[in-house]
Amino acid sequence: MIRDQAQAWATEQAPVAAFRRMRDAGVANRFEPATWESMVEMGWTGILVPETYGGSDLGYLTFGVVLEQLGRQLTASPLYASALVGASAVLLGGSDAQKEALLPKVVDGSEILTLAVDEGPRHTPGTMATAAEADGDGYRITGRKAQVLEGMSATAFIVAANGPNGIGLFLVPADASGVSRTALSTVDNRGYAHVDLVDVRVGGDAHLGDADVLEAVLDRARAGLGAEMLGVASQAFDMTLDYLKTREQFGRVIGSFQALGHRAADLYSQMELARSCAEAALMAVDAGAEDTAELCSLSKAKVGDFLHEMSNQLIQIHGGIGMTDEFDAGLYLKRARALEPLWGNQAFHRDRYARLLGF
Amino acid sequence: MSDALEAFRAEARAWVEENFPPSLAGKGMGMEGELDGDTKADFELWRARLGEKGWGAPTWPQEYGGAGLSHPQAKVVSEEISRVGGLNPIPALAGMGITMVGPTLLEYGTDDQKARHLPATARGEVRWCLGLSEPNAGSDLASLATKAEDKGDYFQLNGQKIWTSGADISHWCGALVRTDPSAPKHKGISFVMLPMDQEGVETRPIRLISGASPFCETFFNDARAEKSDLLGDLNDGWSVVKRLLQHERQSQTSAGSPMASAKSKAIQDVAKEYAGTDDSGALADGDLRSRLVNHLMDARSHSLTVRRITAEAKGQVKVSAAASILKNSATRISQTKSELTLEIMGAQGLGWEGAEFTAEEKNTVREWLWGKAISIYGGSFEVQKNIISKNILGLPETTQKG
Ligand SMILES: Cc1cc2nc3c(=O)[nH]c(=O)nc-3n(C[C@H](O)[C@H](O)[C@H](O)COP(=O)(O)OP(=O)(O)OC[C@H]3O[C@@H](n4cnc5c(N)ncnc54)[C@H](O)[C@@H]3O)c2cc1C
Ligand SMILES: Cc1cc2nc3c(=O)[nH]c(=O)nc-3n(C[C@H](O)[C@H](O)[C@H](O)COP(=O)(O)OP(=O)(O)OC[C@H]3O[C@@H](n4cnc5c(N)ncnc54)[C@H](O)[C@@H]3O)c2cc1C
Repeated sequence: MIRDQAQAWATEQAPVAAFRRMRDAGVANRFEPATWESMVEMGWTGILVPETYGGSDLGYLTFGVVLEQLGRQLTASPLYASALVGASAVLLGGSDAQKEALLPKVVDGSEILTLAVDEGPRHTPGTMATAAEADGDGYRITGRKAQVLEGMSATAFIVAANGPNGIGLFLVPADASGVSRTALSTVDNRGYAHVDLVDVRVGGDAHLGDADVLEAVLDRARAGLGAEMLGVASQAFDMTLDYLKTREQFGRVIGSFQALGHRAADLYSQMELARSCAEAALMAVDAGAEDTAELCSLSKAKVGDFLHEMSNQLIQIHGGIGMTDEFDAGLYLKRARALEPLWGNQAFHRDRYARLLGF
Repeated sequence: MSDALEAFRAEARAWVEENFPPSLAGKGMGMEGELDGDTKADFELWRARLGEKGWGAPTWPQEYGGAGLSHPQAKVVSEEISRVGGLNPIPALAGMGITMVGPTLLEYGTDDQKARHLPATARGEVRWCLGLSEPNAGSDLASLATKAEDKGDYFQLNGQKIWTSGADISHWCGALVRTDPSAPKHKGISFVMLPMDQEGVETRPIRLISGASPFCETFFNDARAEKSDLLGDLNDGWSVVKRLLQHERQSQTSAGSPMASAKSKAIQDVAKEYAGTDDSGALADGDLRSRLVNHLMDARSHSLTVRRITAEAKGQVKVSAAASILKNSATRISQTKSELTLEIMGAQGLGWEGAEFTAEEKNTVREWLWGKAISIYGGSFEVQKNIISKNILGLPETTQKG
């Protein structure tokens, strides 16, 4: 049901053509406020949030269904950063008071949360320079967070920093004194920012849990992203298959050349396998399964591999047309490369999977 | 898992514990089912008990020697047998009988054919081979030339089959023959069943690169197949065999080892043993480690896919187009696993015979060689891709014309 709703809405209200218009118009924060408002109205911001805080508590698999459809159209919004990643941090690390204060606002869209972990060009969640020193009844945070998703539109950052108990998560309002941000212009035209924190003072109630919470939040972020990436790749596959059936050269459709038919068969098979991984990760999160970490790495790596290959083949099989900015293929390729490294690229997750399996 | 299935598991467990001869625990049966004297009697007893219980072919109807179980129940049975370190020997003893001929007979056979052939097959007493391929009809099976002439109440067969697995030890053969040479090539073919123990049938074993000889050349010289053993309609053998091959593909979708072995060590543990680890416990050979983890991820995504497709089919494992995807993926995983294991074992992985090599090492070499066949038989790797691109993706076909 929600799949149909998400699919219809995304293709009609927020299609890739809208993303392109937004890109060309140079909209601030890199998403259309009206798109975001509709998502809030449809209740998607509350998919993970318990009913007591105004949400629908439908779980990660359902969120994945929505993200997949949004991925298909490259729809841009802070939905994922705030209502999946941010809400997960509050749900896993927050006290009742913090949940009460934050979750209803995540649901009504007045609060946009985002997770700020990495400090350089690579994902290294185990090491960071940002420090949160105890300061009276609160903390004083200093450091720089790189490439923060929705960094310009966020109303609060969930900052990973070395605190008194090792790595911890701290809620930092975007308008707190000592916070500044720099918008980035990236190839995929999404809204990232570098965030600088200089002696930012937050209260004791800003603490949202420690390293174990960060790890669990990251796995939820990876599982959700796997669904979005699967959507981007599935659309790329559909566009390619369509082209194989319509483009004619040498007097017949190019899909009749076995080299291309076999490539399409390989890509389809890879897609089916990747889908199983993406769904398994989301279901494991919902079920609190013991092998959740393994499955989340599996999903990020296998969907990542497929998206990588598929986005390249999208261009290749479209020939000259694929190289033109006017055609959408380039938008998919660019989004693909931006999502692959987020929360760890394929190599990161292969290494992690091996460690989880004890070698 | 449902309560009913759990209750069934308890029953199955109790039965296995009571009936499985402990002397067989952990014993494989080798590729040709050879066993030494002591275990032979227990093995025969175990086979007979399983056969009587209908667990040789658990999903077949009871009246035809099965136990009328659902697929999830059948899975429970095999899990419970594995749990005690046992094997169900009947599918191997029946040759192509349980996985391919039986399911096709259930769909296309007359009541008389089902009653005559299925029960003994389900007990593992009748071994079947399949005479499909010919020297000039491999992937392009429909170009086969073996002739079957109508002689009143029987067909007289003349021609040659090749790569017939188990032909020299089988009791019955399902053969694809040309019954109408004047019809277009897919239209003049019929599927007949004939006993192997007759004058007009001769088999010559062929030795494989792995050293074993599991298959033969099979010659028909005025061989006799009764009319009552024509499966499906006359000249409609192509439909029958297409279905049969789908069942074959289906039976090859699990990425396990092609040889039945009750328990084996995880490949990452074998790697640690042979290639060593660094201070952090990671495999010392970083390149091997990344290829190994990639392989394990592929294997995991394969089993998750089997599970997802089964769940989406609501527990009914349907013979579907998805089987081509799964067959190729299982093939790739199993061949990669063999290649990796061989590489991990280094020089020890080259052992052919003798006491300087462990049984696992020698087995690895033979399994590696044998495994090359998986991408050839049952519709080759390339033929499966043709099927995916045509039947699932709807791309125009440029091969298999005629
Ligand atoms: C940056 C750029 C600069 C260019 N500059 C020039 C220029 O200066 N002058 C000029 O004349 N042209 C130029 N071209 C055009 C270029 O030569 C064509 O793009 C090229 O010939 C491919 O044709 P196509 O784009 O129509 O793709 P198509 O021929 O439609 O091919 C689409 C896909 O089908 C595949 N395919 C096609 N036929 C077969 C087959 N028989 N078997 C298997 N696969 C097949 C192709 O490999 C491709 O992946 C340029 C192209 C680009 C991208
Ligand atoms: C271990 C083993 C057991 C077997 N058991 C039996 C058995 O019990 N009964 C039986 O009847 N047969 C059996 N076979 C035979 C098997 O079914 C055939 O080997 C298979 O059908 C391939 O035929 P071929 O060997 O003639 O190869 P060919 O069909 O000649 O193929 C040669 C190569 O060309 C490729 N090729 C062929 N057609 C195409 C196409 N259209 N597009 C792209 N590539 C193509 C193939 O993929 C292959 O790589 C067995 C084979 C093996 C290896």
